[in-house]
Amino acid sequence: MSVEQLLKRDSFIERGARSRAQALLDPGTCRELAGPFERLHSPWLAMQRLVTQADDGVVVAKGRLDGRPAVVLAIEGGFQGGSMGEIGAAKIAGALELAVRDNERGLPTQAVILFETGGVRLQEANLGLAGIAEIQSAIVALRRHRPVIGVSAGTVGCYGGMSIAAGLCSYFVMTREARLGLNGPQVIEQEAGVAEFDARQRALIWGLTGGEQRTAARLADACVDDDTGAVRAAVIDLFARGLPAVHRSDRAADFLACLARVDTARQATAQDVRDLYSKGLE
Amino acid sequence: MERLEYEFAAGQPAPGRTVCGVVSSGDLEVLLEPAGAGRTLVAVQTSVDGYGATWKALLERVFGAGGLPAARIEINDNGATPGVVRMRIEQAYEQVAANGGKP
Repeated sequence: MSVEQLLKRDSFIERGARSRAQALLDPGTCRELAGPFERLHSPWLAMQRLVTQADDGVVVAKGRLDGRPAVVLAIEGGFQGGSMGEIGAAKIAGALELAVRDNERGLPTQAVILFETGGVRLQEANLGLAGIAEIQSAIVALRRHRPVIGVSAGTVGCYGGMSIAAGLCSYFVMTREARLGLNGPQVIEQEAGVAEFDARQRALIWGLTGGEQRTAARLADACVDDDTGAVRAAVIDLFARGLPAVHRSDRAADFLACLARVDTARQATAQDVRDLYSKGLE
Repeated sequence: MERLEYEFAAGQPAPGRTVCGVVSSGDLEVLLEPAGAGRTLVAVQTSVDGYGATWKALLERVFGAGGLPAARIEINDNGATPGVVRMRIEQAYEQVAANGGKP
């Protein structure tokens, strides 16, 4: 991308969660639910003397996407690393459950989740984990009716329990800047040692967990430029495909078979991973 | 974390409500809602303790003249510098003026 293109483009990454949700929905249709003026602050952060945010870092935006009823659930990566606490997780799960109810009543509401999250909010522990479990069940319930599309644009990426939620989505969209993984680089280095994974090596991290690699390894369905129009177009295009014949998470056996063939005697390269998955998931 | 409250003279009620900013490192969130004519209330929640005098001086500079629309303002601050705080408050007033208060 040239400097001129960089200056001209409408970056999706640079937008906050509210702005991302508004930009994805059709102009003039966006209506925020359980918004900041409801003042759903996290009671647990306040007890630990941490500053809270009025929407607990999650924006629920109802509207239309390409003319169809849609709800966008945008996680704000800037607030507490996009971590999922009791309230933020309940907002996402509740919105997905309402979308399921819409579908059961003949209104084909579809959902987009913007993942910008390190996973559970450690300060809220089990309540956050329970919330993530509810999000996961709601994704599975909704994808029986309409595709559920996940997007991770970066720069936080998508980790922890929410990476499992990402794996349950019908389709997943990433930019090159985003990363997707169960454990973050520093957690792997801390637990398994620097010889296993050097968290300072950015090329290694993005090579193995970045958007381009995850798309090549079939853990994501599209790798798009950091451009608002491109992200929106990718989401619309994936909804138009309808439900996938087989959801990625229903192919767990195929993924496990790939992993069983990994040569653990040496550090896997990005190309090794691509070869492994493209062979096993044809 | 510290909670602070301030009150200032103000003009007519703000034309609507709005929110701007994020509680990310070095930034803050400002929620602005209309209040009864003549009074603006500012409630601050800040991650940095012991800066009450700085907040007071800064907010007096912004609201001291008493000409801004009357509002109930909630500030959730994660270590923003005074310059950033001032710009976020001004952004909130610009947003309500521009969109008539659609959040």
